[in-house]
Amino acid sequence: MAYMHIGQDFVPPDVAGKVTGRIKYAEDYTREGMVYARLLTSPIPHARVLEVDDSEALAMDGVFGILRAGDVYPDGEPQSTGLKILTDNPTLVGEPILALAAVDEKTAESAIAALNVTFERLPFVLDPLDSLQEGGPNAYLGGNTFGQQGFTEAKWTTDQVASFRAGNTPAEDLATTGPIPTFVIGDLEAGFAAAEGGYVYEGSFTTAGYPHHSMEPRSAMAYWEDGKLYLHGTSQSLTALANDMAGIIGVAKEDLVFINAATGGGFGQRARANSIPSMAIPAKLSQKLNRPVMMRITREEEFTIGGARQGFQGWIKVGFRPDGIMSACDLFVVSDNGGKGGGADAFSAADCISILYQTEAVRFRGASVGTNTAHRGAQRGPGQNQIAPIIAPIMDAAADALGMSRLDIRVVNSAQTGDVGGPQGTPLTSAYMPEALRQAADDFDWEGRQSRRRQRNGSKVTGLGIGQGYHNAGRSGQDGIVMMGADGRLKIHSGVGNLGTYSYAATSRAAAEALKMPWESCDIVTSRTDNHLPITSPQDGSNSIFTNTRTCYGAAMDMVAKMKEIAAADLGGEPADYDISEERVHQIADSGVGMTYAEVAQRAMELGGRYTGEAELPEDLHEWTQIAASRLAGSAFMGIYHDPAHSNNPPGFTVTCTEIELDLETGKFEILDMVSIGECGTVVHPQGLKNQLVGGAVWGIGLSALEQHLYDPQNGLPASTGYWQSKVPTYLDTPVRIDTGWVDLPDPENPVGARGIGEPSQGSVSAALTAAISDALDGHIFGAAPITTDMIINHISGTREDAVALAQNNYRGV
Amino acid sequence: MNPQLTRRRFIKGVIASGAVAGTTSLWYAANGQSRPAGAVERMIRLNVNGQDRTVDVAPQETLASTLRYKLGLTGTKLGCNRGECGACTVLVDDVPTYACSVLTHSMKDGRIETVEGLEAPDGTLHPVQQGFVEALSPQCGYCTPGQVMAAVGLLRANPNPTREQAREGLAGNICRCGSYDSYLDGVMRAAEIG
Repeated sequence: MAYMHIGQDFVPPDVAGKVTGRIKYAEDYTREGMVYARLLTSPIPHARVLEVDDSEALAMDGVFGILRAGDVYPDGEPQSTGLKILTDNPTLVGEPILALAAVDEKTAESAIAALNVTFERLPFVLDPLDSLQEGGPNAYLGGNTFGQQGFTEAKWTTDQVASFRAGNTPAEDLATTGPIPTFVIGDLEAGFAAAEGGYVYEGSFTTAGYPHHSMEPRSAMAYWEDGKLYLHGTSQSLTALANDMAGIIGVAKEDLVFINAATGGGFGQRARANSIPSMAIPAKLSQKLNRPVMMRITREEEFTIGGARQGFQGWIKVGFRPDGIMSACDLFVVSDNGGKGGGADAFSAADCISILYQTEAVRFRGASVGTNTAHRGAQRGPGQNQIAPIIAPIMDAAADALGMSRLDIRVVNSAQTGDVGGPQGTPLTSAYMPEALRQAADDFDWEGRQSRRRQRNGSKVTGLGIGQGYHNAGRSGQDGIVMMGADGRLKIHSGVGNLGTYSYAATSRAAAEALKMPWESCDIVTSRTDNHLPITSPQDGSNSIFTNTRTCYGAAMDMVAKMKEIAAADLGGEPADYDISEERVHQIADSGVGMTYAEVAQRAMELGGRYTGEAELPEDLHEWTQIAASRLAGSAFMGIYHDPAHSNNPPGFTVTCTEIELDLETGKFEILDMVSIGECGTVVHPQGLKNQLVGGAVWGIGLSALEQHLYDPQNGLPASTGYWQSKVPTYLDTPVRIDTGWVDLPDPENPVGARGIGEPSQGSVSAALTAAISDALDGHIFGAAPITTDMIINHISGTREDAVALAQNNYRGV
Repeated sequence: MNPQLTRRRFIKGVIASGAVAGTTSLWYAANGQSRPAGAVERMIRLNVNGQDRTVDVAPQETLASTLRYKLGLTGTKLGCNRGECGACTVLVDDVPTYACSVLTHSMKDGRIETVEGLEAPDGTLHPVQQGFVEALSPQCGYCTPGQVMAAVGLLRANPNPTREQAREGLAGNICRCGSYDSYLDGVMRAAEIG
């Protein structure tokens, strides 16, 4: 299908501000009379605050006041896991206990040093298996897990824990626990029976739960004016986060102005208000002190309250029939829920296996257990991306054992349109994984490079890897608003956050497409909620392109329908007799009879009522959108839309091929070549898609080879609070060039054919890189992510891979 | 062990053991927002973006703090404030420099350039900025001013770098979004624009 805008590159309106430094992040704002907040954070991993003597601190010159947990939770702290604004029961080092405001930060810090705080030290735990063991410490006061039944205590026998640590097959009656359900798809026993004569792999694995480390610390500034709260914050989402942040702060939705023109990274941890409640601190302090309050967050603080991926300690058994079909997968994962509860990563990992490999039978069991480590939550492909590097070398081992090519075993196990997946057997909206695999193989010359596999060059050996990634990539049920004034310009109101994907702009182009308008005649209205923006889904889960092209397109089509009504009423005939082109609505039979967009917008404003949002708004509009629409009503010609829910699963798929050269003397490797292909429906914004593919590649390299999350086992202190210690990838860790491409076949359940991509782009690279490392080492399966230099050297030298204390992550080598 | 401990006692213990959980006190000292007892603040002259600026600078104040909080040049970002990420990169006598890791008082004789100083008076973007726009190099944009300044410094020293040289030249700047490939595209495009 020929589009005006879809599939074309453009310059998003915020790029100039980014390269000139003009665009403002939360900390760049200032306000007359602004004071500065500093946090007292917990110095120990698990404690109860017994007493705070603040008399000396509050008497100091330049100190304005203090905010305690009792101020923000007058009825007591929520009895649940999850980040709190402030707490007197910290469950991780660095958790905010109180905030103090002063004339400047140095004074605030000096006043905090003058506080006399008495803690009751509580037992702490860093490894979920230590907590699972009978008699082991619990991360929370109420137990070590939290679910629908509230806090509970889950324990295994000492023998069960020892057996799990040893990688033995988990017993059928091994207790599962935590907030996520177990599931079985198909007949597991029959699946493994079918693998007799084929290939069966069984082994344990670990994946690190490393931090997000967004570049912009989560600083925030707030002030109150005329009863309204103005909050300068940081967020992946805009209206979705503001909607829930109002509830956390305790301000009416219509009285919150959330200002967020740009966000310095999110990666899952800034999508929802409950993952960033710290923004409520300056809001509450400002309310208490009646002054603007700036709260700057340091890198170390960002580490502790900025979140981390859930780490896995797992066991997996995979069966392949003689023809290579993955007939069964049995997965048991003990996942690290950290100090504030976590997500459902392990469930998503099993779900991913079912969808990505179309496995005939899948069983998922697990235990989700708290530890007194960083807050855990969604991080780019939560679950799907942890399991990707674990599965990939197993696929290769199966291929080698069955005499198949590594490409072919993936093709025979890949998802196609018409397939279903997951515990509910949810249909995919469309799927073209075989096409993606073949395109990646062709672009990389996968077959041509096979002769280089395991070729030696001095101490270096070549490894090839191919990997796949998946994430659910689209939602529905959200709202869209477009407006047009008498100048005929289209104003697309977007509640999508700006975290660097440019999807706020790319999805807006679906509205321009529907109205056949040149982009130069369109403006995107966003950045702050008093611009009256519709609700969107939180901008996580790679959903934005699918979700918000539906809403923008729908709102624009509502405007088109209204244009035809107005034209028919004024010029004669029926609405069906009219079409649009070149910014005019005109009769199909005689294009000379019509009105310009400017004229029809003027006429709409004269008519009012449903044409300007003053009557007959769509049913089921979200409350947030209703507020926005009520404030826009009567000001201009309005197109407004509520997107009905759809039920199928729009998948985002990626495939990556890579070649590495691994030095057997140093354990280091260099990535010589990498190709990543996206399978995400119609491509909306090629440069934006390329950025997601290369960005995901860098994250995949970090997951497979570098990033770590270390704690001092004696005191529970975090040891990787900075970039250097946590080893986020740099230019020199990544290839000189990453080649990208896309399948570009439309999805039928999106008006422009698009699906999302941001998260699987990491998984396929992590899978391919892990497979390449394994390939270079004669097919050795580490069962770990990351595979660090230490592990490679230890393997080559015949030493235990986890022999170096603190060298890998918080489970291995401690 | 006494299960109750005060924060002061804990901090003393940490210091005695040599472990340091964070560097917040250094951060606030570096911000220089109040006059430390006994210290003498001085008005000094800085050359920033071709203009002489007179500014009141505390002895322990970093250049990043001065630029952001005294001169309002918020294009210079603080990502780590300890010389790891490069978001605060500025040019000092054409050399890319972490502004979080140098004291402003040591810059008195230097020629400081920030991202705000690159545009021509008529608004024409610097070739590096233009190259970054054309390649859509930034993602979240927080590291972008530092990447821009590192690239400008590189191209002044080597106007026609290879892609490998550009990679080496920008290696001190982290992009958590992972947009390295697109930044290198932007640098190579900037070299073409000249």
